[in-house]
Amino acid sequence: MTLAIRATGIRKVFGDVVANRNASLEVRTGEIHAVVGENGAGKSTLMRMIAGMYAPDAGTLEVGGRTVTGWSTREAIAAGVGMVHQHFMLVPTLTVAENLVLGQEPVRGVQFDRAGAEEAVRALGERTGLRVDPSRLVSDLSVGELQRVEILKVLFRGARILVLDEPTAVLSPPEVQDLWRVLRTLVADGGTVVVITHKLDEVVEISQSITVMRAGETVGHMQTAEATPSSIARMMVGREVKLALEETGEGRQEMVDGGWQMADARGGSATAHSALRLTQLTVASARRADEVAGVSIELRPGEIFGIAGVEGNGQTELIEAIAGLRPVSSGSIHLGSHDITRWSVRQRADAGLSHIPEDRHRRGLVLDYSIADDLILGVQHGFTRGIVLDKERIISNAGERIAQFDVRPGAPDAPARSLSGGNQQKVVIARELRGREFSVLLAVQPTRGVDVGAIEFIHQQLRAARDAGKAVLLVSADLVEVLALSDRVAVMYGGKLVVTLPADKASAEVLGPWMTGAGGTSGH
Amino acid sequence: MATDRAPAVSPPGIPRWLQPLLPPLTALLIAAVVGDLLILTFGQSPREVFRLLIEGTWGNAYGLGQVLYKATTLICTGLAVALGIRAGMFNIGAEGQLALGGFAAAAIGLLLPAGTPALVAIPVCVAAACAGGSAGAAVPGVLKARFGASEVIVTIMMNFIIAALLNWAVATQLNVAESLHTPEIHAGAVPRLAAVSALFSGSAANFTILFALGAAVFTGWWLFRTRAGYELRAAGLQPDAAEYGGIRVGSVWLRTMLLSGALAGLGGVNYVLGYKQYYEEGFAAGAGYLGIAVALVGRNHPAGVVISALLFATLSQGALAVNALVPKQMVDVLTAIVIIAVATAVPEVERLLRAVRGKTA
Amino acid sequence: MSVIAFLIQTLRIATPYLFAASGGVLSERSGIIALTLEGWMLTGAFCAALGSFYSGSPWVGLLCGAGGGVLVAALHALASIRYRADQVVVGIAINLLAVGATRFFLRLAFDSSSNSPRVPGFDWFSAEGGASQQSASVFVSLANPLVVIGLISLPLVWWILNRTPFGLRLRAAGEKPEAVASVGVSVARVRWLAVLLAGVFAGLGGTYLALEQHQFTDSMTAGRGFIALAAVIFGNWEPRRVAVACLLFAAAETFQIRLQGLQLIPSQFVEMIPYLLTIVAVAGIVGRTRQPSALGRVAD
Repeated sequence: MTLAIRATGIRKVFGDVVANRNASLEVRTGEIHAVVGENGAGKSTLMRMIAGMYAPDAGTLEVGGRTVTGWSTREAIAAGVGMVHQHFMLVPTLTVAENLVLGQEPVRGVQFDRAGAEEAVRALGERTGLRVDPSRLVSDLSVGELQRVEILKVLFRGARILVLDEPTAVLSPPEVQDLWRVLRTLVADGGTVVVITHKLDEVVEISQSITVMRAGETVGHMQTAEATPSSIARMMVGREVKLALEETGEGRQEMVDGGWQMADARGGSATAHSALRLTQLTVASARRADEVAGVSIELRPGEIFGIAGVEGNGQTELIEAIAGLRPVSSGSIHLGSHDITRWSVRQRADAGLSHIPEDRHRRGLVLDYSIADDLILGVQHGFTRGIVLDKERIISNAGERIAQFDVRPGAPDAPARSLSGGNQQKVVIARELRGREFSVLLAVQPTRGVDVGAIEFIHQQLRAARDAGKAVLLVSADLVEVLALSDRVAVMYGGKLVVTLPADKASAEVLGPWMTGAGGTSGH
Repeated sequence: MATDRAPAVSPPGIPRWLQPLLPPLTALLIAAVVGDLLILTFGQSPREVFRLLIEGTWGNAYGLGQVLYKATTLICTGLAVALGIRAGMFNIGAEGQLALGGFAAAAIGLLLPAGTPALVAIPVCVAAACAGGSAGAAVPGVLKARFGASEVIVTIMMNFIIAALLNWAVATQLNVAESLHTPEIHAGAVPRLAAVSALFSGSAANFTILFALGAAVFTGWWLFRTRAGYELRAAGLQPDAAEYGGIRVGSVWLRTMLLSGALAGLGGVNYVLGYKQYYEEGFAAGAGYLGIAVALVGRNHPAGVVISALLFATLSQGALAVNALVPKQMVDVLTAIVIIAVATAVPEVERLLRAVRGKTA
Repeated sequence: MSVIAFLIQTLRIATPYLFAASGGVLSERSGIIALTLEGWMLTGAFCAALGSFYSGSPWVGLLCGAGGGVLVAALHALASIRYRADQVVVGIAINLLAVGATRFFLRLAFDSSSNSPRVPGFDWFSAEGGASQQSASVFVSLANPLVVIGLISLPLVWWILNRTPFGLRLRAAGEKPEAVASVGVSVARVRWLAVLLAGVFAGLGGTYLALEQHQFTDSMTAGRGFIALAAVIFGNWEPRRVAVACLLFAAAETFQIRLQGLQLIPSQFVEMIPYLLTIVAVAGIVGRTRQPSALGRVAD
């Protein structure tokens, strides 16, 4: 057995963050190898070390039997290792050909040989079946085309070992099938492919063997033939997946009661009872005019409405529009009886909208503020005497929240930056759930990058809010989480809610096809 | 990627209170070494030069008065820059705003009838200076808030536009023949310190320094005690989080720019109302740009700004005292070296501190 | 007034702009903010005067001027690339440094606080240096090699950017440095080269001023570096449009000088034109400019 890649005992620390510890990987030559794990499991960091972008702090790395620990990108490329990044490493203002040859430009005399470059790219496209017009500007390409260019770029440098980081996150199903075809061709030619993903159906479909990572560590290795999605999931999420599933049973029990009521309410004139009502909401992003394309949701008090789906299908834009952080192109948003479509962020919050944002490092916390100051972000106007901040109340508020949510370490004047991911998220949740009056909660990726202990705690809090009669709109890329918590589940795909089901009818098997756009043609 | 974090540990051996002072001290040390080398190129003894420098500033009443006078303007421009940086904006226009503030004070002082009581005239003229500075900052403020135009580029361009505008006004509108200054004001003069204590006789030091110190206290209070300051700092540290917290970042930028301009404009009072009683072309003489150095070395904290303004004022006055031994321009070189050293040493020293922390984890 | 004389005067005024703007385009397109053009030019002017004075040859002055520009550019690169310092802060500091250091060394070298002694320049066809406007002819003007180099400097920058492998990497480094790093090319090296080359161009701009006036005078660049920066921004970082902007700004100045007697419009308002146009351009009120995406951003 020849090993293309062998990594053992890898450790990597960024500042205060431990990204990898005791990570390992063995990839055979000529196979498609999947590396799976949740967000923040340390997959990308490990791959970047293989591609020479970072040097590990400890451990050894071998490629083709040669020890290459801590090599440079240039050496990795020379040795035939190429990485296709999740965020495309392409220069939008250059053409396809210019991007491809960057760093290995063909020259005629001292001049860059543009025609030669375009010809070489065209020839490579013919050979691999990855056809893109070499003279087009990268900024004009679609996402699928961009990915083709990324793969071409790596192949142009003679890569024999291809590492792809979440290659399907932004692709449509036919594009995904195209990608699989290309990867299989590569392997048939004797190449080796490593694919990072967290989508289990893909793993089973494409790979020969699997490495599972959790919290920066490698926790398992198996042959795909011997694995099932649920066995992989168990390893991915660890012991707590069972916990979540047990809770699901309980949740369903409750939901049966609530569910019937909902069905009744839906039959009658439900409008008066809705906590949040979206009507044909359309929202634009920088990329496209209909990132959210006519979404309608009616959210009742006392229910958790879960939105599942592959990231990048308009979830972020939908939530930002509801929160007032992004303008609405058309349609309307009602909070209770108020039309809040044109209201400011503060007006919405004051009217009873709470929001656990997707990215706590960017939005949810001012990282250099103290915990006490972060606990009043968004409600700071309630902690004043005249125009001056009321320090005493801010500190006593912090003491209360810290105790209630067991934030550790619990010094109110410590900067939020110094907390672990789970404790940072507790600060956000404490503020949004207990720090203010609200009727509707937007909870986006509430447990992302959070340690095991905190996940269950956060789930309990969301259920408690629901039981207290709040309406919760949950968005998560983690299907297990959505199924465990929600009373109703919808799948968002291509800016639309393509299916909405009561929780007892929803399962990974039913929702999976919808998430990949293969679920059918009708809307909800 | 944030799976877990190492606990925040102070690097061993360095007391906690010293850590924020470390980068500026490093920078000053580097500047001192460069200064020694420059002095040696002129064949002088560094020890002698530095002795003379201290003697010529803090060593006698006139020198001290001049230091206080120069520090007054620098406190104002330093606060202006620091406030902008706290909100995430680089106000390089303090130079122009300072000049505009001085001109506005002179113009209003001319408009007031002679004999207007000081209790009325001074506040009116000071308000005019602040309003003048604000007006100069309004253009970059509005363009940044409304169109997202880079305040760096706009404030630089505004410095030249304001300079040309004032040049035109003084040359053609409010001119005293054969000069580049306006006529003397009729009312609004701020008394000199020498008027109350012979200690400062002969120096330009005047009561504007109280306005400047008041402005520093106000800025500190505004930044760290008020809700507006909370929102301003949030907008500067993380605009996306501020927006999420219901803060209108654009209007925070605009308001901060106006306030920053007012602080810079206040500096104009020192020269116009406190010293010459008229506006003169080029009186700002780089004090606006020096405000950047003052703010950086003072770590954008009002107390730090006051201390570093005194430091730079000492250097500037001391340069005159040592001019016989070494060219006074040495101080410009040292100022630049301090800024570069702060800009390079701060991230570098902070990286080192982090690395030490990482090792102990 | 004669059209030829107008054009020649415009060209003379434009020459330092064309040089400095060439440096500005190179530096900014690679991702390094060029607030320092003024300081690079001033240092270049001083070194050129020094070199020309001591050697008696303007050609040595030219080399020294370019070298002086490179020297401060290297300091700028060291602080902003190696030490990742804030480029705006460093830019302003280097401008201060250039003013202070040239004054300091002016005292050291020539014991004067205002100007250097007369230094040889490129006046091959006129016995009197700084030939009077009336006698200026195309021939005499173009006989100055710096005018010729100045004229081809932006076309040269265009060629470097769009026709050489280095230019491709430079543009990529200014737009998306991660992409450059991901293919194993050092962003730092590309930016270093770009900034040093920019120093050569800006230094030559200062050289032209010193040799044309046959002396170095204190702060002789008088804001020309900022006008060049304005031209870079107004020209949307595109060498061809930047060249037009330089010529436009120079023409406005020529116009103002020639019309001074007529008092049609106060000269100060003509002076404002480049700055006003630049503000209008960055605000996007008419035809928004787009700066290099990674301008000012630290990269490994």
